[in-house]
Amino acid sequence: MLVCLLVSSQVYANSLDVNIAFLTQVRPIPAALSNLDPVLKDEGIQGAQLGAKDNNTTGQFTGHLYHLKMVEVAEEGDVSLALESLINEGYQYVIVDLQKGSLLSLSAIANEKNVLLFNVSAEDSELRNSSCRSNLFHIIPSYDMRADALAQFMLKKRWNKWFLVKGHSPDDLSFAKAIKRSAKRFGMKIVEEKSWSFQHDTRRTAQAEIPVFTQGADYDVLLVADVKGLFGDYLSMNTWLPRPIAGTQGLVPRAWHRTHERWGAAQMQNRFYKQADRWMSDVDYASWLAVRTVGEAVTRAKSIDSAAIKKFILSEQFSLAGFKGTKLTFRSWNHQLRQPVLLATPRSIVSVLPHKEFLHPLTYLDTLGYDKPESTCSFNP
Amino acid sequence: MNKYLLLLTLFVSTSFADTLYITLEKDNALAVVDGANGQLIKTVPLGQRPRGLALSKDQTLLYVAASDDDTIQILDLKTLKVVGNLPAGEDPETFRIHPNGRWLYVSNEDDNIVTVVDLDKKTVITEIAVGVEPEGIAISSDGLWVVNTSETTNMVHWIDPMQQRITDNTLVDPRPRAAEFSVDNQSLFVTSEIAGSLSRINVSNKQVEQQLSFHIPGVDKELIQPVGVLAHPNKKLLFVALGPANRVAVVDVQNMKVIKYLLVGQRVWNLAFSPDLTRLYTTNGVSNDISVIDLESLKVTKSLRVGHYPWGITVKND
Repeated sequence: MLVCLLVSSQVYANSLDVNIAFLTQVRPIPAALSNLDPVLKDEGIQGAQLGAKDNNTTGQFTGHLYHLKMVEVAEEGDVSLALESLINEGYQYVIVDLQKGSLLSLSAIANEKNVLLFNVSAEDSELRNSSCRSNLFHIIPSYDMRADALAQFMLKKRWNKWFLVKGHSPDDLSFAKAIKRSAKRFGMKIVEEKSWSFQHDTRRTAQAEIPVFTQGADYDVLLVADVKGLFGDYLSMNTWLPRPIAGTQGLVPRAWHRTHERWGAAQMQNRFYKQADRWMSDVDYASWLAVRTVGEAVTRAKSIDSAAIKKFILSEQFSLAGFKGTKLTFRSWNHQLRQPVLLATPRSIVSVLPHKEFLHPLTYLDTLGYDKPESTCSFNP
Repeated sequence: MNKYLLLLTLFVSTSFADTLYITLEKDNALAVVDGANGQLIKTVPLGQRPRGLALSKDQTLLYVAASDDDTIQILDLKTLKVVGNLPAGEDPETFRIHPNGRWLYVSNEDDNIVTVVDLDKKTVITEIAVGVEPEGIAISSDGLWVVNTSETTNMVHWIDPMQQRITDNTLVDPRPRAAEFSVDNQSLFVTSEIAGSLSRINVSNKQVEQQLSFHIPGVDKELIQPVGVLAHPNKKLLFVALGPANRVAVVDVQNMKVIKYLLVGQRVWNLAFSPDLTRLYTTNGVSNDISVIDLESLKVTKSLRVGHYPWGITVKND
């Protein structure tokens, strides 16, 4: 199924068209226990649309007209075919909101055809290391960046002893792996590690099961890896010892959060809410940044050719303002966007990481995620 | 002899008296400060989230942008009571008054427009579409140019006030904030918050001709975020507020080089001179105070608590 959508804008005499596609795939709706949060049908797309609108406001002065096309592939559909047809239509910039597996099949095609892909939702470490591709840019912070943000915060709080609880999905295991890497990196100790395997409805049994489940080891903080939110929300206040929860629930590392208002973010929140009638998610923020990356590069490089844009994005001249108090740039060794990570509880921002005390010879932002010497990406220069 | 000296000092201090008006963003209030003595005289209630402010040309009225009330309030300077409102569009932030004393240009950050207000009729003359998140406004003293910076579009928009429309655009470093014309109106200075730089634009061809990056030993470069900028009428010096770097840079305009960094309060936003040019005042958003700088020695002489989130500042010659 293909859905076509054009972002309208004022017509500029002799304007150059810049075509950006947003490629997503229908995913099975996760069987979350909590039915509190509505499932977002337009996640990412709203962010991309706002980005295109912002680009077009600039475009009226530079003579560029940005078009955004949305392509949604069915759950069983072939994303490669969708990408091929976009390429045939002349699309050189594709925002990809896809799972790791689908993404891997696309990146080879993109490299061959000089198409730039912008990953806005897959946080997996492998995509940035052994499976990295030169034409695949990662806008969303990786699990490793998020876990490092948590570890830095814990180090400062001296909450050095961690109890790790993880779910069974591949994403849970990826995030748990990132947590273990961060623990090692920042000298934290995982004193206990358990997998959540209860089959009951946690809403009914949390009070009975969780105290027993968390009994035993002494620890400072409980780290949870439950990406889909199947049980993590019920850990808080139910642990045997009175301890804070962090990870996928409790204190959560985020790319964006509805309570973020510093560095001009309040304006962004207003604009987004006005457009979407809901708050901006991490994927919306990443999608906005992806469209803005293309816009910023087109404006400054004065070109719409993908090879020139790629070169510019990776150059010293490129920087993006993303309402986080510092310029955002790409890492040359894995094409991940450098950015601060927000540590948030549901209704507040607790801290913005990295803190300045975490020193780095190049930029303090590189204390989050895989740094150059650690990267196993093949094009790591 | 002693008595004579005392009289002389008294005479000197009263003849150079000035009053500072400072918006307090989080107190919804205006702080009134005696500049010569460095004392808070009083605090007056204002609308919600007051930010930009300016005196009328005849110095009898004070205009204050109450951002969250979507208006510019008019205060009688004698009574400091609100005597009226101006239609200012949504979320007015920074504004300037044209040298003709009649046109007011205000940036509306959420709507990507600059609203032009007629101060006599209290009506909107026009709305000018600009880039994303318009911020700084500057007007050349000869009245020929109004410029507006847009934070996300990263441009300086050149508005011709005779036509009330944009005639040119200049691309600058990321997140441009404040702009200031040189005293002779030949150059325009623009600060870029995220890039940590100051650009000097040639007004005749609208091209960036020089750039300056700030470096402070021991201060992380990410913390150096230039915001307010002010040109000294001596044409030699330029002052740049560096936000969370908690410093004001003193720039030699001729060579575009920093002479000195002055340590002031936290998150320094905006700047103003005393009318006799002996002092420079800074508003410091996080430390809730203002710093007073002696312009002859280029030293910070005083800091004064004024209220929560001091933002804008304007000075009246008494």
